[in-house]
Amino acid sequence: MRTLIFLLEKEFRQILRNRQILSTLLIAPLIQLILLPLAADYSVKNISLAVVDNDHSPFSQRLINKITASGHFRLTGYAPSYPEALKMVEQDKADIALQIPIHFERDLVRENNKQLYVAINAIEGTKANLGGAYLASIIRNYNDDIRLRWQSTTPSTSPQIEAVSTNWYNPLLNFKLYMVPAILVVLVTVMAALQSALNIVHEKESGTIEQINVTPIKKHIFILGKMIPFLALGIILFTLGLVVGWIFYGIVPIGSLLVLYASLIVYLFAMLGLGLLLATYSATQQQSMSLAFFFINIFNMMSGVFTAVDSMPGWAQAIVSTFPPSHFIKIMRMVVLKGSSFSDITWPLTAMALIGLFLNTWAVLNYRKTS
Amino acid sequence: MPPVISTNQLTKRFGQFVAANALTFEVDKGEIFGFLGANGAGKTTAMRMLCGLSTPSDGKATVAGFDVYTQTEKIKQNIGYMSQKFSLYDDLTVTENIRFYAGIYGMNTKAIKTKTNELLQELQLEKEAKTLVKALPLGWKQKLAFSVAIVHDPDIVFLDEPTGGVDPVTRRQFWDLIYAASDKGVTVFVTTHYMDEAEYCNRVSIMVDGVIAALDSPANLKHQFSVANMEDVFYELARNAKRKAD
Amino acid sequence: MRQLITFIRKEFLHVFRDRKSLLMLFGLPIAQIVLFGFALSNEIKNSRIAIVDYSKDATTTRLISKIAASDYFDFQRSLAGADQLQAAFKKGDIKMAVIFPANFGDDLMHTGKATMQVIADASDPNQATTITNYLSQIVTDYNAELAKDAGQPMQINPETQMMYNPELRGAPNFVPGVMALVLMLVCTMMTSVAIVKEKELGTMEILLVSPFKPVYIIIAKLAPNLLISVLNLFIILLLSWLFLDLPVKGSLLLLVTCSILFILTSLSIGLLLSINAQTQQAAMMGSLMGMMLPTMLLTGFLFPIENMPLALQILSNLVPSRWYFIIVKRVMLKGLGITAIWREMLILTSMCVLLFTISLRKFKIRLQ
Repeated sequence: MRTLIFLLEKEFRQILRNRQILSTLLIAPLIQLILLPLAADYSVKNISLAVVDNDHSPFSQRLINKITASGHFRLTGYAPSYPEALKMVEQDKADIALQIPIHFERDLVRENNKQLYVAINAIEGTKANLGGAYLASIIRNYNDDIRLRWQSTTPSTSPQIEAVSTNWYNPLLNFKLYMVPAILVVLVTVMAALQSALNIVHEKESGTIEQINVTPIKKHIFILGKMIPFLALGIILFTLGLVVGWIFYGIVPIGSLLVLYASLIVYLFAMLGLGLLLATYSATQQQSMSLAFFFINIFNMMSGVFTAVDSMPGWAQAIVSTFPPSHFIKIMRMVVLKGSSFSDITWPLTAMALIGLFLNTWAVLNYRKTS
Repeated sequence: MPPVISTNQLTKRFGQFVAANALTFEVDKGEIFGFLGANGAGKTTAMRMLCGLSTPSDGKATVAGFDVYTQTEKIKQNIGYMSQKFSLYDDLTVTENIRFYAGIYGMNTKAIKTKTNELLQELQLEKEAKTLVKALPLGWKQKLAFSVAIVHDPDIVFLDEPTGGVDPVTRRQFWDLIYAASDKGVTVFVTTHYMDEAEYCNRVSIMVDGVIAALDSPANLKHQFSVANMEDVFYELARNAKRKAD
Repeated sequence: MRQLITFIRKEFLHVFRDRKSLLMLFGLPIAQIVLFGFALSNEIKNSRIAIVDYSKDATTTRLISKIAASDYFDFQRSLAGADQLQAAFKKGDIKMAVIFPANFGDDLMHTGKATMQVIADASDPNQATTITNYLSQIVTDYNAELAKDAGQPMQINPETQMMYNPELRGAPNFVPGVMALVLMLVCTMMTSVAIVKEKELGTMEILLVSPFKPVYIIIAKLAPNLLISVLNLFIILLLSWLFLDLPVKGSLLLLVTCSILFILTSLSIGLLLSINAQTQQAAMMGSLMGMMLPTMLLTGFLFPIENMPLALQILSNLVPSRWYFIIVKRVMLKGLGITAIWREMLILTSMCVLLFTISLRKFKIRLQ
């Protein structure tokens, strides 16, 4: 045990002395946490619309006004024909092209049915989905308006269901509330995995590890001696992150901090285990970094930070369930936004703990003082 | 008195390549034992086996009375080691390095303090106590590394090519440290490819192509081969090896 | 010239002898892109929904079966009471709940109107909005059915065509996006590490003392990474075509040319980073920590750039991957030609030239 204390003393001294690393590990992430959530915004606004108005009537004009008045769409321009409007979409000058055919109002009243033509640039799914949905809903509303005006004398007798919707836990639909906790996790992840992988390999490369291998330090003490400083750094970064979230975004966790920190520690334990494991398989820093980058990138893209895990095919969801970040992000969001407690997060917490145990055991077994 | 190091047919193979072949020798307490040979002869491999860093492929060996196969952790408690890269931490000060290694060998705080002052005095590094190791000149780093290797008063200290890259005067000073340790009863097992350093040892073994080609005191070896210095002893042996290859 | 070739050969040997690293340099980017191409999408599907049905009549049953049949929803269960909702939401078991009050069907028949309650877990506002929309659509469709039975009022039918990606797959957005991200990050990191490693080992000094011009050293260092990245690019394009049904609709030559331009820009960034870093560790951490998240967010494949605050929009102009992303979408997915992307190409070229010149100058200064 005393040996551990000496090890920790050395590790902390080295970390605190290394200005460059400290600023990369603490300052850079915090700056990103402050600035980058501003970029995360899925809300539907400024969708550019190109209109082909063949009807040229106050009728069609009213529809167009309704669309632009919604605040979600921006009229980029009028095109003389549908193919030209499509060309505007092709050139990224418009996201959506809308064609109102000639004699629109007249045909609608006479035949009780009329088409409108909409083309959406569907490369980016969210915009296409939401944009299409909003446009459809505006057109629906417009349709109801028309019916009301034309049938004001004969009220509609068909029964109608009304769905009243409420939003729980984030009534203001503040997307930052959802993204900031996740981005914090991303930053902590990069820091933790990278640090632990690089550090051990650095010792391998410089030879100091051989010196350690020759001493009576037990394997697990050595590994603990590496993990504890990173655990500490991770906790510090996380805490600073929470403070930043509070100061800049007004985010105060609804749930208990105890639950958060307990989950954090289990999470760091798992990620550091991963870093150590990668280090045992790497001979050079370049290798450990390539491996670390691979995992980090996959975690970032697939753990539900930016896209929903539920939407993935079954096999992908199964893979994602082995990622510690996916569980921690879920926990973060649940605890911060909904006030979930220990009993609510049993499954993700246990999953993380098991994965962590597995990774760390593998790492310790793999690390050989004798070759 | 039982030998502190004893090997019998100690062998290490890497696939088909036999790095160390059936090494058999003994080292006595307090000896300065030189393990010589050209680069690639197998010296470092042999040393790593004795330190518990590498498991032998064949043969037997004991170090400080402990078996190299089954009791490596016990061996490590009783030996010191200085590697080719003088593994001191560049970003720690002289004092901090001493404190760290003393601590992990189980010395208590009082003993560490006493020992640190001793070392600083002996090495004349009092003024550099708080200097980062990376700022020290190479010769001082080496001396410090050696002192750190024996900070816990081990029975044996293994030195792997400790004097690379410094001038002869500094090398001589380094060997003064080795003599001092030996006088205190520490057995010194040193590998080197500087043949002149062989003169400083009590006994010397010369490895050629993974095998011990000669083992005796420098004086006896020079007599045996009828040459004036150890360099020539080595040439003789190396030439023999080449001839065998033909 | 011959000197340069010799040097480049040495650099290639370094890289290609390190089997493990090589495997990673090729395998990892490719694995990522294929994985993401299949797994990622912005679609919101399979949202778990719970129903509290206090009425249990024909109408509610019909509605519930419509909801359950929808791809967008994953019907979890019927809860006995609304008091169980909080717990279910807190556990993350459901994303949405629908409550039918008692006598729902009766109210509908007799008063012509019935109200149902829809509660969304708005932790993820985007998901909440989207699935609320989906649910509204289901209700509207049902209403339209009811209306049809009662007589047909004027109905506007919007016919929607989803261009370039009719199935709304994630791949068309994510593959170009991840290509830009991964190529940029990998090139930056690899280059910065390669140069710093030489510094750490001390062999850099040997090079600097030689009659080699510094620019040659730089070219030689960049060469293997350039080749590996171009090979990676080809493999990615091939796999995208074979497995993700994303062929290169436009000119392959144009795409490759622009890609090389982009790769060179990223390599130059790596070069710049390597000059200030003292250790490999610092170089790697600097590039990964400092560049990963900004690149992800400002390239424009995760969030639309036009939604961002002005300051960040301006910042995103400085991110080379943002321009490359546009080029890839236009050339690969839309099949457009150089007339559509000359502006972006020009921007990338100037970035590349600028970065390279600055790095070269700083590099030379270091020698003094």
